[in-house]
Amino acid sequence: MSARDDILARIHAANTGIAAPPVPRDYRRTGTHAPGDAELLELFTDRLVDYKATVVPCTPATLAATLADICRDWTVVVPAGSASSVPGAVVDDGLSYAQLDALDAVLTGCAAACAETGTIALDAGPDQGRRAVTLIPDRHICVVRADQVVHTVPELLARLDPTRPLTFISGPSATSDIELHRVEGVHGPRTLIVVLVTLSGGLRRRA
Amino acid sequence: MSQTFLGMPHAPAGVGHLHGDRPFPDAARDALANTQLRRNLGHATATIRAKRASVVGELDDWEELRLAGEALKAYTMAHLDRLLPQLEAAVTARGGVVHWARDATEANQIVVDLVRATGTDEVVKVKSMATAEIGLNEALAAAGIAAVETDLAELIVQLGHDEPSHILVPAIHRNRAEIREIFLREMPGVDPELTDEPRRLAMAARAHLRAKFLTTKVAISGANFGIAETGTITVVESEGNGRMCLTLPDTLITVMGIEKVVPTWTDLEVFLQLLPRSSTGERMNPYTSTWTGVTPGDGPQTFHLVLVDNGRTAVLADPAGRSALHCIRCSACLNVCPVYERAGGHAYGSVYPGPIGAVLTPQLTGAATSLPYASSLCGACFDACPVRIDIPSMLVHLRSTQPHPATERAAFEAVAWTMASAGRFRLGERLLRLGRLIARRGRIRRLPPPLSAWTDTRDLPAPPQQTFRDWWSAR
Repeated sequence: MSARDDILARIHAANTGIAAPPVPRDYRRTGTHAPGDAELLELFTDRLVDYKATVVPCTPATLAATLADICRDWTVVVPAGSASSVPGAVVDDGLSYAQLDALDAVLTGCAAACAETGTIALDAGPDQGRRAVTLIPDRHICVVRADQVVHTVPELLARLDPTRPLTFISGPSATSDIELHRVEGVHGPRTLIVVLVTLSGGLRRRA
Repeated sequence: MSQTFLGMPHAPAGVGHLHGDRPFPDAARDALANTQLRRNLGHATATIRAKRASVVGELDDWEELRLAGEALKAYTMAHLDRLLPQLEAAVTARGGVVHWARDATEANQIVVDLVRATGTDEVVKVKSMATAEIGLNEALAAAGIAAVETDLAELIVQLGHDEPSHILVPAIHRNRAEIREIFLREMPGVDPELTDEPRRLAMAARAHLRAKFLTTKVAISGANFGIAETGTITVVESEGNGRMCLTLPDTLITVMGIEKVVPTWTDLEVFLQLLPRSSTGERMNPYTSTWTGVTPGDGPQTFHLVLVDNGRTAVLADPAGRSALHCIRCSACLNVCPVYERAGGHAYGSVYPGPIGAVLTPQLTGAATSLPYASSLCGACFDACPVRIDIPSMLVHLRSTQPHPATERAAFEAVAWTMASAGRFRLGERLLRLGRLIARRGRIRRLPPPLSAWTDTRDLPAPPQQTFRDWWSAR
């Protein structure tokens, strides 16, 4: 008998006479705020700042200038299908890991974001690129549109396609391994800057 | 236990890290004498308890999430023989290769063969309880393959030639000064001016591992969740070492216990809320990666998933113990346990310490052990468990399956005989009053052997002058 058949037979025997009750789903599956709602964006900003990300608000009209200002001292890589760019940016056309490691920052969009946990989800879409591009450079500048921000984790997962490689990012890389004391910045990007694009641009810059 | 479930093999002895070499009371006695260890543990567990309480308090649907998590796990275990083949089919359809291992020995052999086939002699590893359980690093070393642990705490343990002592933070027993010492001694090329500031220590680890991440061809990970519906594997982490291992190498080998399967993508919404808040006390951990088979042009182009039993089906076969498999390895039960806080993780002799380890380890190994007694049955672990595992009841259940000392058995048989008759009970009560003769200031401090086994570690109150029955009849 193969290991597979053996294990499945063991499970079958162990489960004889076992029935599971139905799963109650009385937890919140939708938030109290619609995606992009102003209060939701405040919550999202609070959560990001709490985990040591920087949040820079802007409008569609000021986006390009805002990005250029943030990146003025850095050599930035952008994915091939990026909607945003900055002067002097390098387009990722299959750069080696060593080449990516030599760049200062990466500029991407995102697939969706969750306000309650301050989470940004990347799905390797055209404006986010392959995973290595958002991992190796030490700074990640991520453009989030207001309508991409949902309230709860269930709403976030519902927006994502699990067959794509996904990365959920909640603040910069961190560790709690030394005396359970939180330190930001280990192996992943040590700086996370979220550029939040709203129609009004009414939020304050926070860090 | 063993008679009822004959034919359901346990985790074998002699491989992996489930079978401790000392009984818990002996190991705990030594640990309790180590004041540095107790200070480190007391500080760390108090810190994490406060953080967890604060973020759990933010969610007004926490109990509903726990109930959903508990029911989802029960559903998963009841349908495991359907969900695992579903997971296998989904992973295979997306270009992954699925392997099955009955026990630690088979799992290690599969991984060693897979690594050998790539021609490399070094792998990077994401922290994984499953690979620690089966002793994969030792098996790789025996095959001439170096395994580099990349999680900061695992690195501290590995460089310190030490054993992990906590599920989430394996180096919880070390403080910053000790970690600095280990880095200065063991980390090649480390800055000799290194201080014990946590940020500086983390940066030293970053510099140490950076080149490894960018050049190593094979990575080995565990899995927090494997979604049957889609074949999606999930790793939850903080530092980005996980992302590095899951993204940059050519080949990824994931070792997953068969109980880690989750039925659907939607079900992940429950566990992604329960796990980070329970484990690190964060609303969400910094990084969660999910991948489904192989994605052309992005990440490892060869993916192997090794599904491991290693005693899990033996746990499943015990109706009163099977919910130990519901554990999502958050470690909240360790952090609230008064026994763990004082004795530390090494005393349990297993990669699974603390309350969940005291129930899971004896069930996986099937060996006689004192672990179910490593608890005061205070119930804090049940309150903290995000999937509502009733650990205290299981401890009581497991105590009944363990062999008891002859004296204890004789004593309880005598009690049962006495209490079976009203006359004998009355006589027994009168005899107990004799105990007043050896009491001093209301306490009995020492009884003669074999009863000294009780009074060696605690006092007995002196029996009262008047029993309740005497009082009642004289009323």
